[in-house]
Amino acid sequence: MTFMTSQASRHVLRLGLLSGGFILFAGVIGMIAAFHEREVVDDFISLGQTLLLAAPFVTSYVAAARLSEAGQEPRMALAGGFVIGALTALPTIVLLLFNSEEYRNLLYASLRLLPFVAASFLAWKSHAQGNETRQVAATWLTAALLIGIVAFGFALIFEVKGDLRGVLVNVDRDWVAVVTFDHRRELWTGIGLLLAASAGAGLAGAVMRILPDIPRRALLYGLGITLLVGAFGETVRLVLQENVDRDTLREIFRRDTLRQNAAATLFIVSALAGFLWALFGRRAQDEFAALDNSRRHRIRNLGMLLFAALLLALPWLIGRTLSDVAVTIGLFVLMGLGLNIAIGLAGLLDLGYVTNYAVGAYILAALTSIGPLGLFKGTFTFWMVIPIALLAAMFAGFIFAVPVLRMRGDYLAIATLGFGEIIGKLALSDWLKPLIGGAQGVQNIPKPFLFATELKNPEQLYYIVLVACLVTLFVSIRLNNSRAGRQWMAIREDEDVATAMGIDTARAKLLAFTLSAATGGVAGAIFAAKVGTVFPNSFTVFISINVLSLIIVGGIASNPGIVVGAVVLIGMPELLREFSDFRFLMYGALLILMMINRPQGFIPSKLVMHEVQAGVKPKLSAGD
Amino acid sequence: MKKALLLFTSLSLLFAFSLPAMADGHCMDALGCVEVGSDDPIVIGALLTVSGATSFYGEDSRGGIEIAIDARDGMLLGREIELVVEDSLCSAEGGQATAQRAAADESIVGLIGTTCSGAAQGAMPIISEAGMLMISPSNTSPRLTNDDVDAGGTYYPGYFRTAHNDLFQGAMGARFAIEVLGAETVATIHDGDPYTEGLAVVMADTFAEMGGEVVFQGAVAKGDTDMTAILTEIAASGPDVVYFPVFTPESEFIATQARNTPGLEDAKLIVSDGSFSSTFAGNVGAAAVGIHMTSPYVVGEDYDGFLMTWDDMFGGAPPSGFHAHAYDAANILMDAVEMVAEEHDGSLMIGRQALRDAIAAVEDYAGLTGTLTCQDESPYRGDCATGSALAVYEITEAEVDGAWPPAVVWDMSMSMDMMDEG
Amino acid sequence: MFRNRSGEFSWVDFTIDVLRVLIVLAVVVGAWNTLSSGRISLAQWVNLLAAGLAQGSIYALIALGYTLVYGILLMINFAHGEVFMAGAFSAFFLAEALNRTGFLNEQPLLAILLLIMFAGLVSMTVAVLVERIAYRPLRGSPRLVPLITAIGASFFLQYAFRGLYGSNFKAYPQLQALQGALQIGEFNIPITQIFVFSSALVLMLGLHWLVERTRIGKAMRAVSENKEVARLMGIDIDWVILFTFGVGGFLAGAAGVINGLFRPQGVNFYMGFIPGIKAFTAAVLGGIGNIPGAMLGGLFLGVIEAIGPNLVLAGLGIPGANQLKDVIAFTMLVLVLIFRPQGILGERLSETKA
Repeated sequence: MTFMTSQASRHVLRLGLLSGGFILFAGVIGMIAAFHEREVVDDFISLGQTLLLAAPFVTSYVAAARLSEAGQEPRMALAGGFVIGALTALPTIVLLLFNSEEYRNLLYASLRLLPFVAASFLAWKSHAQGNETRQVAATWLTAALLIGIVAFGFALIFEVKGDLRGVLVNVDRDWVAVVTFDHRRELWTGIGLLLAASAGAGLAGAVMRILPDIPRRALLYGLGITLLVGAFGETVRLVLQENVDRDTLREIFRRDTLRQNAAATLFIVSALAGFLWALFGRRAQDEFAALDNSRRHRIRNLGMLLFAALLLALPWLIGRTLSDVAVTIGLFVLMGLGLNIAIGLAGLLDLGYVTNYAVGAYILAALTSIGPLGLFKGTFTFWMVIPIALLAAMFAGFIFAVPVLRMRGDYLAIATLGFGEIIGKLALSDWLKPLIGGAQGVQNIPKPFLFATELKNPEQLYYIVLVACLVTLFVSIRLNNSRAGRQWMAIREDEDVATAMGIDTARAKLLAFTLSAATGGVAGAIFAAKVGTVFPNSFTVFISINVLSLIIVGGIASNPGIVVGAVVLIGMPELLREFSDFRFLMYGALLILMMINRPQGFIPSKLVMHEVQAGVKPKLSAGD
Repeated sequence: MKKALLLFTSLSLLFAFSLPAMADGHCMDALGCVEVGSDDPIVIGALLTVSGATSFYGEDSRGGIEIAIDARDGMLLGREIELVVEDSLCSAEGGQATAQRAAADESIVGLIGTTCSGAAQGAMPIISEAGMLMISPSNTSPRLTNDDVDAGGTYYPGYFRTAHNDLFQGAMGARFAIEVLGAETVATIHDGDPYTEGLAVVMADTFAEMGGEVVFQGAVAKGDTDMTAILTEIAASGPDVVYFPVFTPESEFIATQARNTPGLEDAKLIVSDGSFSSTFAGNVGAAAVGIHMTSPYVVGEDYDGFLMTWDDMFGGAPPSGFHAHAYDAANILMDAVEMVAEEHDGSLMIGRQALRDAIAAVEDYAGLTGTLTCQDESPYRGDCATGSALAVYEITEAEVDGAWPPAVVWDMSMSMDMMDEG
Repeated sequence: MFRNRSGEFSWVDFTIDVLRVLIVLAVVVGAWNTLSSGRISLAQWVNLLAAGLAQGSIYALIALGYTLVYGILLMINFAHGEVFMAGAFSAFFLAEALNRTGFLNEQPLLAILLLIMFAGLVSMTVAVLVERIAYRPLRGSPRLVPLITAIGASFFLQYAFRGLYGSNFKAYPQLQALQGALQIGEFNIPITQIFVFSSALVLMLGLHWLVERTRIGKAMRAVSENKEVARLMGIDIDWVILFTFGVGGFLAGAAGVINGLFRPQGVNFYMGFIPGIKAFTAAVLGGIGNIPGAMLGGLFLGVIEAIGPNLVLAGLGIPGANQLKDVIAFTMLVLVLIFRPQGILGERLSETKA
């Protein structure tokens, strides 16, 4: 007979409330209701419901793992899972009650009571720490007053408004319907269902963790892949559309929704695959490791070859829509590779990269447009302008670099941010309107031609971007091992030492900024030709932030990292349209979580890894 | 050149689509058909701005579309109506990306959108080539319906709009200022948005053409809250009328601060439908009294009913001024589908060219935003709002205290040389 | 000129000097043209100045949050604009409720005080939560890392509040007591502007007292001087940092209400972004990390923004001069960074800080 230790139960309590808070938050900001509009499996479960159940499931799974590590018995883990599930539903249930007309007075009463309870709790804590009575009393008074102002303020707001929805716009019918599983009218039935479903999901999570390794992995694979395919239904449908006939597609998907039969089949197949992998996967890995070097190389080369073939064939495999996404991703990869020269190699934090993008786009627009703003109407072709855009962006990079050569760190970041903003405002201005169209932009930019073929489809543009990325990749790898590359690295490590070593830091930094700008110009020019019009509002600080973030998220100074970063930050929001309302929210959360848990990025570069690890280079770090 | 290109593409498209169409036997449409199976829904696409700082324009239109669908109980020709909303952002590239996606979805019968004119310029080449059509509730840029490339036009077949071309509204502002307010001098302000910039320029040009003097043409930036500097500059040039067709909240800042600017106490203020929302007068406060607004006729019992439905479905009032246009756009599209669709073995065949033709032929359509007639004559094609349904409103004390909408004080039929307009 | 410290010719210095001459020339020519044309009267210039000072004092209040945090952690809290928004947006609902009950116009002073406390506390909560959740785990990591986190926090907060309160623009109710203008000599100064300026002044004096005269203020100064020594002296560093974020947040929230009473419209989830960047510019202008510098920088930026377009740009014959207000602000920022990186009041940061 064992009981949960108080530490373990506190852990369960905390995790449960955390997941409950998450579900409450997701509901209040409208995420659950919005996700409910996307069905993961037709007529069976929506993305909103998946979210509602995934939170207790995952939390319990994690908690069960911790509990068994702490030597608790399996049934304790089950109990913990159940409790976590119930706790997850709790905050939502409270809000449901507050929201119903019947129990609304409960809301006002709790808001009025809150300051006293919270203050007493804090005072009790202060007392427990052994503080004097006077101090405890002071704590109570301050806390009661401060919390009181906020709580009474909100109570007043809600009372005058008469309901929650006047303030919290997403606490509406849709939300109530989802969390009560369509029992909006019978509130208590709905609450019961929510509690049961949530506790059930919690229990299931714990059960899953307790299962023996092989069936667990099989189930997790099955569940995970089915849900993923269901959630990304549109993307999967678009890929399948290119490769299977229409009737088969209709068997699998109802529009973008996975049909039940297909989902069940998918679940069984992927569970089976998971089962086999769990059984034989390790052995295959071991065998691969046991191979001699030359054969391993051969297998690796084969893999690389396959990858190259995949890159070449990609537009045919994924179709037009996804090719369009791929082109956008490619443009950002191009910019990422460029900015990486400044940030990753030379350590220059440039927040105004959009400048180069804008220069490239406007140069192409002005030179090739056949509309009233085109300077040469038809004289210049896309291919002639690309090198011009490249040189123009390099020139711009050079010009803007000169005044900031003496700056370091944050100051450099701020100054370049300022440049970016200035360029954006100037592009928009009436002042430059006769030249670049002001707010109305430049229209009628022709598409590139290749041997009399108009390259207007994303499938065709894809290859232009691919070639540009490969060339840039090649150059950047060569740069990395060049004299300039070593100079940059020296500057990145320590500018003073670099100067002392006789490096002309001004020249090296200038070179870094100039080269870094080049790909921005090319990306801008391709972008302008792709879209066919150039508007100033395409060139905002968000471009700079996007490029910077994808480098950081992928892994600074890591070329594969940049590709992964671009796919995650640029591609994912394009692929999940239900996320569009929340794309920036999740983007923000992703940046925070990445920085806390994996600051070196998804695919860290071996070169700089030691730099990003905490405490190794105190000189560069904040807060010390 | 461009026209030849268009002709060529449409011809080749015609050719490409006619082959399977012949083979199929059912679809005789030049651009192909949307085939809706017996238990498939009828899918309407919407390319709207639903994220970012201007997302409320998109939400406004989306509400209008949803109400239009709801008014038919979500059914059309015995099938469910499914609305697919894509986020076209407010940029050309956003419009292009979502257009690619919509074009790849063969089940979409037609599109409502985009929110911003820039997005439409990115989207239309693709939508047009795919044989689809798009009706915009809020694009007003004259370019979009102008098929003369040398004049900067970017018209593509398949484009329509229920929003009124800037040319109508800007000209109306100028006429009203001269004919009714007796203004001799005007100052215009835009906020760097292509829509407001376009309106300000059209107004100033018309005003000058009609013999008035444009004493100041300036701009503020989106996000500005302090308008003292520009208002002082305007006061220094002493105009009779200040025309600022900018969006809220910048228009609210200008309106409030203009009254406190010495030298502008007596200047008449005119705003456009970018500010025509139920909260404008209340937000501006006492300073709003006497402001004139140019906006479509969105009044009457139908509109009151619409607003009640809105409050019932989404709570509160619509966040911006294009919901009624979206409602009309959705209805025009659905009516056209009803008209064109043909039943074959339980499936519906909806010809894409037939659908375009049906909408281009819309005449004297009684919508929430007035009587709509779609133009189909070069150089202007696809404009369904005729401008005759625009009016000038004047804000009084009652609106500041929450009444809405204000009374109409003038419309184009009262203009002295209405006949010139054609 | 054209020589660097060691006396050789340096083309970087040369370029920077040329830039300096060009800018001075542009300012002088523009100002001369405007003033000699006499289009704008003295009374109008005074009005612009007053409006600029009022706007500037709001920048200053927000700038203090940037400066306090930078002073202690040497990090740019990019999300501070959103902290301002959180208070301003939340307090809008309270102001609306108070207006409906009639309290707002019956007891304006009390109501304003209540609103400021409410907004300040909401913003404080947000600032403290951001520090606790997003920044604290990152202490001691390279500078790029907290900067990225702050950008993430900024996005997150904006869209979280959009989800909470919706995306409509709202407007504060207008206070009767603040309408009208005060006649000073021949100049008319709107009462709102006097209110904004004086209430900001009170808050800044309060901050000054807190930092200079109280125990916790002393601890804050100690931590910003040297964390290790402060720790050895028994100061709870985590608590001091949290407190600093809280104080900065409170000021930002208060600024939100003052801003709402001054420029009532435009309340929505995005309202913090531009003031945030401007206030940050102000903090840099004054010398980041320097408290009086932030106040001065804010006022300076406000005045430059109000007067600059009309004085310089219009004088140079640039159309749509007011559209380029932000260009003036950011050009100022870049120029300060080039020519006087320590800001107006700051001292040159040592190598370890810069």
